[in-house]
Amino acid sequence: MNLPRLYHRLRLTARSLHSSANGQQVEKVAVAVDPDVPSQVSVFRTSENDPTCHTELHAGQYYTLPPAHMRTLFPHGLPPRFQMQMKTFNEACVMVRQPALELITCLRKADYSEPALRYVLYGEKGCGKTLSLCHVLHFCSTQGWLVLHIPDAHLWVKNCRELLPSSSRPGRFDQPIQALNWLKNFKTTNEHFLSKIKTTQRYVWTKRESTEEGRPLGELVDQGVSRVKSSSDVVGALLRELRLQAGGAAEGAFRLAVAVDGVNALWGKTTLKKEDKSEVLPEELTLIHNLRKMLRNDWCGGAILTTLSQTGSLFKPRSAYLPMELLGEEGFDNMDPFVPIPVSNYSDKEFESCYLYYLDRNWLQHPHSRTEDGKKELIFLSSRNPSILERLCAFL
Amino acid sequence: MAACRAVRAVLVKCGKSSWTSVPRPPQTDRQLLSRQICVSSAAWRKNLAAAGPEKFSEEYIKKQVEEFNIGKRHLANIMGEDPETFTQEDIDRSIAYLFPSGLFEKRARPVMKHPDLLFPKQTAVQWGEDGRPFHYMFYTGKQAYYSLMHDTFGKVLALEKYQDSMRNKGLFTKDTRQMSLTGSRWLLKEELEELLVENISDHDYTRFLQLMERLLSMPYCAMEEEFVQRFRRQLEVQSSKQEIPAVQHDENGVAFSQAEGRRKTAKASIKLRDCGTGSITINGKSYLLYFPVLQDREQLMFPLHFVDMLGRFNVEASVEGGGHCAQAGALRLAVSRALLSFVSAGEMESMRQAGLLTPDPRVKERKKPGQAGARKKFTWKKR
Repeated sequence: MNLPRLYHRLRLTARSLHSSANGQQVEKVAVAVDPDVPSQVSVFRTSENDPTCHTELHAGQYYTLPPAHMRTLFPHGLPPRFQMQMKTFNEACVMVRQPALELITCLRKADYSEPALRYVLYGEKGCGKTLSLCHVLHFCSTQGWLVLHIPDAHLWVKNCRELLPSSSRPGRFDQPIQALNWLKNFKTTNEHFLSKIKTTQRYVWTKRESTEEGRPLGELVDQGVSRVKSSSDVVGALLRELRLQAGGAAEGAFRLAVAVDGVNALWGKTTLKKEDKSEVLPEELTLIHNLRKMLRNDWCGGAILTTLSQTGSLFKPRSAYLPMELLGEEGFDNMDPFVPIPVSNYSDKEFESCYLYYLDRNWLQHPHSRTEDGKKELIFLSSRNPSILERLCAFL
Repeated sequence: MAACRAVRAVLVKCGKSSWTSVPRPPQTDRQLLSRQICVSSAAWRKNLAAAGPEKFSEEYIKKQVEEFNIGKRHLANIMGEDPETFTQEDIDRSIAYLFPSGLFEKRARPVMKHPDLLFPKQTAVQWGEDGRPFHYMFYTGKQAYYSLMHDTFGKVLALEKYQDSMRNKGLFTKDTRQMSLTGSRWLLKEELEELLVENISDHDYTRFLQLMERLLSMPYCAMEEEFVQRFRRQLEVQSSKQEIPAVQHDENGVAFSQAEGRRKTAKASIKLRDCGTGSITINGKSYLLYFPVLQDREQLMFPLHFVDMLGRFNVEASVEGGGHCAQAGALRLAVSRALLSFVSAGEMESMRQAGLLTPDPRVKERKKPGQAGARKKFTWKKR
């Protein structure tokens, strides 16, 4: 089987020429150097691990996330099945796809003195919206942005064990555990920003505790981590600070990327109940309320990247995937205007590349799956849907 | 008068009711009256049970045949059709029209058929006026069977004699014309019983087959070909009965075919287009959304994968009734049937052997009274 050897040769030639040229030339030279490469051998991996340099040429190819980046960027952001795959394959490979490339080009060209643009990734279940979002976040963090990533907004509107009435405002409810977890992850992601940004206002938590003006953000976060009861309020304060200070003209200016996965949770229903068994509305939760304020485009110097998700959503039918259906009237009005980016199933080329990746990783063990017939069967049974294909190959 | 009698005869034959009300000659009546012995109903009932299946006399059957023919002509006149060309199908149709029945059991509905089909075949009386039987094997009890075995063995002996004579002449050869036995089978036991108008045991049937095999194993058995062929039936070629849906062309010139399929309570009807993409739409939704379970999608894939035409066709399907497995099964049958018009005869045969074209006869079994379900019984209490 010549495939591994050819692939190895391609990689070596690509690496040796990489230092001098940019991505475009590498690909061309790599192809020119190996004229005897049969047309069936398609390159499914690229050695370009920097999302800044990803272009159309890399569409359909897998790039590896460096492990160091992964631990800081995505302590909680990746979907659980992808994490299992990472553990099995010992590497984190993400496919470069059209929607993510589109989003990256938009982000590059956007004017950051204007109010923040809202981007909504939508598509059928299992198409790759969350992973595209992660790809874009990797790009943002390599560009030096501050990444505010809420991995799944649905986790904040359901299955909450402790629902405390808010200490600061009556009629609102706090979720200390969720807020605490999120603060810890935020701290891991944005370590280096925490000392640079200063608070602009004095926050009083209890009779004895307060955070003065001009203190570093790190102190605010620590306050939330240590005092669990006020963690939700700390989150609110944090969001407010970031909103005010993003994109400022000062030398400590940073760009803010707000990434929310499952944004339709903010305007849907919750499954949480008050003590008198009446339903809790999303507005009555502190975390949700503050997040909604964040998603309003009244601040400058950043971008709002969101994904719709039916998987964790409550009371929505399985076939719903359009923004109108999942966000509802209220959500749509709030999010309007936004840039919709559709994510679809794999194209032929992308499917080919995914199939070759699984072959390369020895994931497809059954001998029949390596034949053309087996490939056709896989195409049919999964209908080129990424998540269904992944689940299908899991037991082959 | 005759019409009434005919219609009455029709009514009589409903469900083969045992109404042998033949008007007896008046003398027997008087004799019975003078010798009337009071018999209790219990004894009378026992007698009937011991009599066995009813015996009909030959004149009776002949009369029934005449009545049937007259009745057929009358029925044709009633329906306004030509009596000369009135076939059995026309009779069935007319009876179903004149006597509509809501009974579920088809055999309980009114039927008008030729008496030979309705009355069981009976042997004529086997002995003459003096009580001596006609056939020399009457006292074996199964005269037709034993005479058949005797004749067959006679033929075996004749063949051996012929063989010896050929050997003596020096013309003995082993490679004589052999009979072609492919595509035919021996008579079944029921068919043999029907032929001989006698009951045979399993043992007898086995011995008969062994004797026929012995006859066939000898050289020169081709001389007895017509005798043997009387006891063989042709096997029908199954796939010649398959209906192939016609290939139509729509506006763009794309070839498509339509077919239907059923399984349990689910009914599916599909349109198979020879487009090029492999997309499947069911009731307007993608098949991935409609069948989230892998097993159902595999069922859908089976016919296309079997003929290696996975990415070639577009399927538009509408299905209703049943559960998800039943719907998947109905769709599979419909797709196989629609594929017949795009596939060669040899592939059709292999599809038939794979079981793709057979409708699944299993339906939900009826719940019986006195039980909790179809098979489940109520809790058994010892006391």
